[in-house]
Amino acid sequence: MMPIRTDIKKIMLIGSGPIMIGQAAEFDFSGSQACRSLREEGFEVVLVNSNPATIMTDPEMADSVYIEPLEAPLIGEIIEKERPDGIIAGLGGQTGLNVTSELAELGILEKYGVEMLGTPLDAITNTEDRELFKQTMENIGEKVPRSKAISSLQEAEEVIEELGLPIIVRPAYTLGGAGGGIAHTKEELLQIVDRGIRLSRINQVLVEESVLGWKEFEYEVMRDSNDTCIVICNMENIDPMGVHTGESIVVTPSQTLNDEEHQMLRTAAIKIIRELGIEGGCNIQFATKDGEYRVVEVNPRVSRSSALASKATGYPIARVTAKIVVGMALDKILNDVTKKTPASFEPTIDYVVTKIPRWPFDKFVTADKTLTTAMKSTGEVMAIGRTIEESILKAIRSLDNDMDFEIKGRDDPETVTLLKTPTSERFFVIYEALKKGYSIEQISEYTGMDRFFLQKMANIVNMESQVAEQLFQNGEADIDLLLKAKRMGFTDSRIAKCCSKTREEINDIRRDGAITSTYKMVDTCAAEFAAATPYYYSCYETMCECKPTDRKKILILGAGPIRIGQGIEFDYCTVHAVQALREEDIEAHIINNNPETVSTDYDTSDKLFFEPLTLEDVMNVIERENPDGVLVQFGGQTSVNLAIPLQKELARRTDLKTKIMGTSPENMDVAEDREKFNQRLAKMKINQPDAGYATSEKEALKVATDIGYPVLVRPSYVLGGRAMEIVYDSADLERYMKEAVRVSPEHPILIDDFLEGAVEIDVDAVSDGKDVLIGAIMEHIEEAGVHSGDSACVIPPYDLSEDILETVRDYTRKIAMALEVKGLINIQMATKDGEVYVLEANPRSSRTIPFVSKSSGIPLAKIAAQVIIGHSLKDLGYLQDREPSLNHYSVKEVLLPFDKLPGADPVLGPEMKSTGEVMGIDYDFGRAFFKAQLSADNLLPLNGKVFLSIRERDKEAIVEIARRLQEMGLELMGTKGTAGYLSDKGINMEAVMKVHEGSPNVIDMLRRGDVAFIINTPTSRQSRKDGYHIRRAAVDFKVPYITTIQAARASVEAIKAMAEGSSTIKSINEYHEEIRRNN
Amino acid sequence: MSAVIGLEDGTIVTGTGFGAEGTVCGELVFTTQYTGYEEALSDPSYKGQILMFTYPLIGNYGVSDECFESDGVKTEGLVVRQACPDPFHHNSKRTIYKLMEDEGKPGIAGVDTRMLTLNNREHGTMRAALINGSDDGEAAVQLAREQPKISDIDLISKVTCNEAYSVKSKINTSDKKHIVLIDLGMKAHIMDSLLARGMDVTVVPASTPASAISDYEPDLLFLSNGPGDPQNAIEATKAVNYFASELPIAGICLGHQVISRAMGADTYKLKFGHRGANQPVKDLSSSIVHITSQNHGFAVDNDSLDSTELYTTELNTNDNTIEGVAHRDLDILSVQYHPDAHPGPQDTEKQFFDKIYKMAGGDK
Repeated sequence: MMPIRTDIKKIMLIGSGPIMIGQAAEFDFSGSQACRSLREEGFEVVLVNSNPATIMTDPEMADSVYIEPLEAPLIGEIIEKERPDGIIAGLGGQTGLNVTSELAELGILEKYGVEMLGTPLDAITNTEDRELFKQTMENIGEKVPRSKAISSLQEAEEVIEELGLPIIVRPAYTLGGAGGGIAHTKEELLQIVDRGIRLSRINQVLVEESVLGWKEFEYEVMRDSNDTCIVICNMENIDPMGVHTGESIVVTPSQTLNDEEHQMLRTAAIKIIRELGIEGGCNIQFATKDGEYRVVEVNPRVSRSSALASKATGYPIARVTAKIVVGMALDKILNDVTKKTPASFEPTIDYVVTKIPRWPFDKFVTADKTLTTAMKSTGEVMAIGRTIEESILKAIRSLDNDMDFEIKGRDDPETVTLLKTPTSERFFVIYEALKKGYSIEQISEYTGMDRFFLQKMANIVNMESQVAEQLFQNGEADIDLLLKAKRMGFTDSRIAKCCSKTREEINDIRRDGAITSTYKMVDTCAAEFAAATPYYYSCYETMCECKPTDRKKILILGAGPIRIGQGIEFDYCTVHAVQALREEDIEAHIINNNPETVSTDYDTSDKLFFEPLTLEDVMNVIERENPDGVLVQFGGQTSVNLAIPLQKELARRTDLKTKIMGTSPENMDVAEDREKFNQRLAKMKINQPDAGYATSEKEALKVATDIGYPVLVRPSYVLGGRAMEIVYDSADLERYMKEAVRVSPEHPILIDDFLEGAVEIDVDAVSDGKDVLIGAIMEHIEEAGVHSGDSACVIPPYDLSEDILETVRDYTRKIAMALEVKGLINIQMATKDGEVYVLEANPRSSRTIPFVSKSSGIPLAKIAAQVIIGHSLKDLGYLQDREPSLNHYSVKEVLLPFDKLPGADPVLGPEMKSTGEVMGIDYDFGRAFFKAQLSADNLLPLNGKVFLSIRERDKEAIVEIARRLQEMGLELMGTKGTAGYLSDKGINMEAVMKVHEGSPNVIDMLRRGDVAFIINTPTSRQSRKDGYHIRRAAVDFKVPYITTIQAARASVEAIKAMAEGSSTIKSINEYHEEIRRNN
Repeated sequence: MSAVIGLEDGTIVTGTGFGAEGTVCGELVFTTQYTGYEEALSDPSYKGQILMFTYPLIGNYGVSDECFESDGVKTEGLVVRQACPDPFHHNSKRTIYKLMEDEGKPGIAGVDTRMLTLNNREHGTMRAALINGSDDGEAAVQLAREQPKISDIDLISKVTCNEAYSVKSKINTSDKKHIVLIDLGMKAHIMDSLLARGMDVTVVPASTPASAISDYEPDLLFLSNGPGDPQNAIEATKAVNYFASELPIAGICLGHQVISRAMGADTYKLKFGHRGANQPVKDLSSSIVHITSQNHGFAVDNDSLDSTELYTTELNTNDNTIEGVAHRDLDILSVQYHPDAHPGPQDTEKQFFDKIYKMAGGDK
């Protein structure tokens, strides 16, 4: 047996980069677990990740943390500096795997003697290269769907005859099935193959016989170097084959397999992991039909499914994988949950887990909502219950969107179509179909879903009718029936709705009837051994295992699923708040429902409640624990939205001592309420853009004219996907009111002066009610009008005068005082012509907190938590009148999901669209910006052809940019208009046809790979089409593109800086040390 | 219909009854497997016990009648959180409700099974009574306390075959072997695994004397699994002693305990047993840990091996209990877990039964 490796001292761990569709927070969870796991065995860890919003990139997580682009040559430089003995590829998702493969292929690993730990390179090749995968499976007698690996369109045509239609296309080496799909016709096939070949790292796709409609199962397997193999859990996809497992509703454990079938798949899974020689975790997907099966896919690494499996069973896959790769045998690793038994067992569970993906379609109205073999969701929720019904209902309310089981009044043809087509809505349509009387058999035929699950849905529908008819049949409430409904997962409000009562009435009746939630433990072993980990879920049983202590305790509300606008940043803040409380010896409790995150790791908090974030679910936890306080300001909008309802309910419940801590809900409300907020600012003589609101079309036109176009318009209420827009004239405003919002006295629209050409500024600060600590002032690269969450920004500001910065600091302090902020505050401002305007203030955690903390070395979220529990900034040693001065620049850039969402227009606007962020750090702005762009998959070219298509308004500004590009040796070309304008200014360049002008046009050149970089600033809405085609093509052909003049200017800086010198290789720990020395 | 379960410590849990009406007594034991309820319910080792599943949903894929490990349900009763009334599976012939009814066995659903499991874990396995058709908890507790302890019941005679029978292996091999299997409550898949390797099997009742076994001229003597305390397998123990130096001997579960006792080791009752499909067993020769299926309440005492010629071949990594023994000089080998699987992992099936074939003189 192999002991722990002693020949290895230093290990490099590769992270997964920014959050994007197909790769969410799960790798922060696995990466930070791995860091801890390796360091507790005495290894030195060097971590590389480009994503600042992660816990794993906190300087204390590893011995050296590099926030740098995940590009092989650059990582090579880090290797040269750090000289690690080994590198782990299997914990950084597909990104980590691809980068490590490249490091090996480029000979970098060999050159510096870095050993690849864990999964061997040929295991990666044998699973990622589809042809090799097929051979490997056939060698051990495992059946795979018939398939062929191809690299050209001609081969695609030929393959139709062989395999028939529909046909599945899977590109090699892509993430979350990106670029793949199901082709029903020859045209579709050619289109998907074309895209897939381009997206694949080795320009290869596998076309595969369709097993559409078969059932899909996954097995999470682990193996150590000693050849011990265990299955952590299996999962059953409720959606049949054809929908990517990341897009499927999934339950664990499997429900419809008998033991014979389960063991058949389990045995095959073990055979496969042995054949591949994987050391660590691995995910294997099977398709089955009536006792037959095919191996569909193998992921030779820790994946999103393993994060789910870890949370579903309590077994820490990443933690154990890290120990396995350094040579430890499973039976020598302690089961961290029981603290007595070893990790060499198979978890078994005594509850049901349901996962539902969270899709971004509310933000991308034009995107295709069909679910296929490529992922489109940004995140997911998980819920635990004692029955399937209970876990499904809990999962649905965890989604925190407007999707619910309700009647939408769809007609029959629509219902049938929606049942037949997998979309984000299908699960909800099933409910409606059942309500309308469709039979389970019918629905099963349309959806391909197993009748077993549809029966469970029918049980929910039937319970609803029963509650409606019988709960108050005899005047008094039928307590037995109420208990049944609660045990099935119904909320008080759902029950109230069924029988026309109020939520409060039902809540009182049930508590009077002694129906209260009980908490059971997730313990990996179905209670066979005592567990030391405090990880709970609620249910309505007789015995509660959660025993409150008499320590001081605080409950922290988490942020729920990752979605656009509410990403991993809020989980980062949640975790930091917990850490701060625990350091003070206060018992910290977390309630959250996102299985991918660090906050839902069982050892992050003193007690973890894996629960939906609704008023009732939160109140149930409060009722059980009676904590001293609740923190609502760290979990983003989800938890902020609960502030007022919670406060009301706590006021109603005089038996509970719990208080909301930090900035008061009333003051949070003031900040959210435009009118109240404007009044407060006006009182303090703080500048703000002219604003008004309108309750009718006529009024809106008048307000807009008074303010002066362009104006920023938005509804005062939010309704799924209805957007904010910049409107340039009255015709545009009329169109907006027709298309986007219906304005009425109940639903006014807000109209703000749009400060055209203004520079936007973000500030993150902490206040204790007396003093204010400014973490950083950020200058946005893109002009005001691009959502602040989508804009690149830089710390420190590179283009703002000291006067302006002083005003910004002054406003920040004033607003923090006026809102009586205790904790975090984020303020957005804009500056134009020497004036500073305040756009909005949010007295809560913000998206930029982790970026600011990584850049400035100040852990804002932690300080906020310390302040909330009673420390003053003075005591904490943070009494300083300005943000720290820095020698380096940090640039935040965002990651946009357009490549994953066919059809969506890749343009920035007032509505947020990005899924994640990266950070570039260096000693000048240009290089920091270059790194940020590189990390965001926008490799700025140092040579080659730049295509320019510039709107009228920006033409003057482009002259200087174009000239500098040409001076640096880049070739220019552009549309006739742009080229003509620039040649008048003495810059000669090639003119290229627009799409509608015929061929060869710019798209043809993009397709041929003749263009290295695109600068395309979008024109007004009416003539956007051409721009759309160019931008879309840029995304589809992976050509870096930029849509604002400011970003173009910054790019020129970056190209210049990179042409003149190389990038700096320095860890965050080193940068922070410098800050400490200088401040 | 209401139903109730009472434990000897006075615990009373009411629920909804299903299956046959009536009262049963036995030890309340829990298993942590989440599939394989048909196999478990029909496993004769559960005779004298009321079986509780920790997984809350039982009966999801119905009952196929193809997965039984014996001729019917052998547990005395069934305790679940939820029994599925409307299963769906391509092989399903009836529901678990119907099965229990047809087999004349009672069940209780709607129970906080995790609470009972914790009780079991803390205080050890207890005698219990399950009444379907009544909610008289006191009566159930009374019945639980009045019944004899499991070691004092001769359960083997209730599940062993009435008379000997032979099954020929259909495997076409020139090197067929003949096994005599003492039926202490055999699971069907032990037989299947032997037959699949070219071994003909003669099954004899547990009370068969050694002299009668000789007449079959076996190549190997095999002791099956079975219910209860190994000290009650009197004739089988004698048979092991009788053949120890003459024949290769092997066994599974209760068979393993009987062989160990015959060789001079002691056995003892575990606090709450090992029942499930996730038990880790370390093969001490290769250091590999295999995941195994288990169902036993008694175990061989580690210390007692010192005074015997047996040595430990395999250990449970959860609690270091003995999972396998072999004899230093004689051809004797036995395991505590179920390499025959059904329910549970098949990870050790090949390794174990290939070895049995070799012990029997097979050379393939």
